[in-house]
Amino acid sequence: MSYDLNLTFIWAMIIAFAVFAYVVMDGFDLGIGILFPGFAVGDERDQAMNSIAPVWDGNETWLVMGGGGLLAAFPLAYAIILPATYPLVIAMLLGLIFRGVAFEFRWRDPRHRPIWDAAFTIGSFIATLAQGIMLGAILQGIKVVDNAYAGGWSDWLSPFSVLTGISLVIGYALLGASWLVAKTEGNAQAHARRMAFRLGIATLLVLIAVSVATPFLHQDYWQRWFKMPGVLLTAQVPLLSAIGFGLFFWALKTHRDRAPFFLVLGIFLLAYIGLGISMFPEIVPPSITIAQAAAPAQSQLFMLVGAVIIIPVILGYTGWAYWVFRGKVGTHGYH
Amino acid sequence: MSETILPVLLARFQFAFTVSFHFIFPAFTIGLASYLMVLEALWLKTGKGVYANLYRYWMKIFAVVFGMGVVSGIVMSYQFGTNWSVFSEKAGPIIGPLLAYEVLTAFFLEAGFLGVMLFGINKVGKVAHFIATLMVALGTLISATWIISVNSWMQTPSGFMLNAQGQFVPAGSWFHIIFSPSFPYRLVHTVIAAYLTTALAVGGVGAWHLLRDRTNLGVRKMFSMAMWMVAILAPIQILAGDQHGLNTLEHQPAKVLAMEGDYRPSPDGAPLVLFGFPSNKDAKVHAKVEIPHIGSLILKHDPTAALPGLTDFPRSEWPPVPIVFWSFRIMVGLGFAMLGLGLWSLFARYRKRLYSTPWLHRAAMVMGPAGFVAVIAGWVTTEVGRQPYTIYGHFLTAQSHSPLATPAVAASLAAFMLVYFATFGAGVYYMLKLMKRAPERHEPEPPNVPQRAAGITPASGIEPIPAE
Repeated sequence: MSYDLNLTFIWAMIIAFAVFAYVVMDGFDLGIGILFPGFAVGDERDQAMNSIAPVWDGNETWLVMGGGGLLAAFPLAYAIILPATYPLVIAMLLGLIFRGVAFEFRWRDPRHRPIWDAAFTIGSFIATLAQGIMLGAILQGIKVVDNAYAGGWSDWLSPFSVLTGISLVIGYALLGASWLVAKTEGNAQAHARRMAFRLGIATLLVLIAVSVATPFLHQDYWQRWFKMPGVLLTAQVPLLSAIGFGLFFWALKTHRDRAPFFLVLGIFLLAYIGLGISMFPEIVPPSITIAQAAAPAQSQLFMLVGAVIIIPVILGYTGWAYWVFRGKVGTHGYH
Repeated sequence: MSETILPVLLARFQFAFTVSFHFIFPAFTIGLASYLMVLEALWLKTGKGVYANLYRYWMKIFAVVFGMGVVSGIVMSYQFGTNWSVFSEKAGPIIGPLLAYEVLTAFFLEAGFLGVMLFGINKVGKVAHFIATLMVALGTLISATWIISVNSWMQTPSGFMLNAQGQFVPAGSWFHIIFSPSFPYRLVHTVIAAYLTTALAVGGVGAWHLLRDRTNLGVRKMFSMAMWMVAILAPIQILAGDQHGLNTLEHQPAKVLAMEGDYRPSPDGAPLVLFGFPSNKDAKVHAKVEIPHIGSLILKHDPTAALPGLTDFPRSEWPPVPIVFWSFRIMVGLGFAMLGLGLWSLFARYRKRLYSTPWLHRAAMVMGPAGFVAVIAGWVTTEVGRQPYTIYGHFLTAQSHSPLATPAVAASLAAFMLVYFATFGAGVYYMLKLMKRAPERHEPEPPNVPQRAAGITPASGIEPIPAE
């Protein structure tokens, strides 16, 4: 039709980038929320909260970018995936509400702080679990008839999607713990380091489980991974992941501050590439490809002009904001 | 068809509920962000501590409201897909890019600089901090521009064609899509509404404190600034609303006739119906109080100009008249009350009694929430008035919805209502608690704070605050 294959590919990459930016950036925010009850009331919790208070809103904006970008560039995919995962989307949104208001409310109301701390944790946990299950639901395939979702309202639920849900909770918690290793000191840091170690092992195990299960979901996935000669390339992903995990545990053992976080980012990137290998060029497995879901070229081109100019600017000032709040968060915040 | 009526009704109610709740927050943050920018600019220019204190005072309130705006806004961006997937698929190629531009040019800007604005005063220089405030304020206005562009296109669609899959796609230039016929009017009317809403809220808080202590410099300053805004903006808003109404009459006549309660055509000039009880069933307004010819005078600027009636349109294209009729009257009534408050404040100011007229302060206090009510009433008027269409004249609400399952929509609606009332109820309570405290010479820090969350902090970053 009137879509353009190159434009469509570029937009798939931009949305993939936005989703990845969301996963790692809000991932560590949500991970801190998940780990929150494990921190002592007072100093440890305040440090953890302060380490993300100035950046969480920007991080969450990538979620809106992913959703808005999908609507704009691949309206058909947006119109199928959201109805198919309806209860998960609602649960995620409600979780994000509790998580988001807790940032401000816990300081406003010391008497009820335990309630908002609980809201922070429960909201983060539910949002993460919902995102993880959504990932599994998309991977396992969505029933489409006549370009519309044709399944029931609970088709997303399966042992595989529950596995991906739990995996993402563990993965985000690992991101959060390693972020705190970088941003905190003293007891809070020692605590974060211990958790990062355990969560590293747990992440390794669930990542193996998901990776082993995925190729069996669809014949196509199997082909994309194991067909010669592509397998020579795809095999690099698990190999590099193994090296990444090795370095991560070494960095924790040698008490490095920032290396663990960046190594976890690397591991997430590899897992994300793995996901791409399974799915590409489908956007709604098993039936809709990015080309089928693409918006007309005029729409994609109009946005691309803006995206190419504005995204680098966004990365620039986002980087500046992180730079302003660099270093240890300290017990008493940023003075 | 009949088995989809209930879930569609629930989905519509869900959208109305979540968007109304959401709209309250940006209506306040658009105005507050600009107000904070002005306060910081005045502080930088004059070095007067009163501006720094007011900045810190309203910043804490801004932080609470902005957070609620963000989380309730994310809900909106996904609800298009969950409940209105057919609309999303058909209109995505048009509205999707506009929303994507809103994210790229506004949401990132606001969120990226918000952290520095709220927590960074001690980390960056004064000028850099002012730039952060400026960017947040600019972001709120850019955001309003794009979202009003989307809404205006749905109200008065232009510059599109239908492709083979029945999707709305650009027919040529994006200019005609972004600048649809109602866009300039709607944007002006909405942004002024946000500023008025904020001015009334700020004025209401100032008035409340003036009634207790007339000597607090910060309180006097905020009340004075707010009353200037109301006095200047209320008449402009009435003119802007009039122009918007003429534009609506041109492009969505049925909506205006519903607002006016004109069921029958008026060949010799329409009356202005002040009150009454419209009934679509009987196609008339019961017990109406009307002034002859004034309706035509307002809408056509000619007392004897003919106006059509709703009966000139097929019944299937009538919006629910009673809702539109009443929400419109609430909005207009409050608009004139705002004008009255503004004039009264000018009179008191002229008599040098701005800070010593308790009845003016009581009136300003009562009018504190009026902007929020007017904004919601105006929104209801324009959105309900667009029915039965989502894309006016081209795509019906009844065609727009997802393959909805009643249990999922009903459960999610119940969940939204519970969560919104609980969390945003708490948020409004915290906001009122902050407002209840009068601004002091030096804003105290909240306990144990990582004020970051709580607002700008320690004097070290703000230092030279000359005592006044």
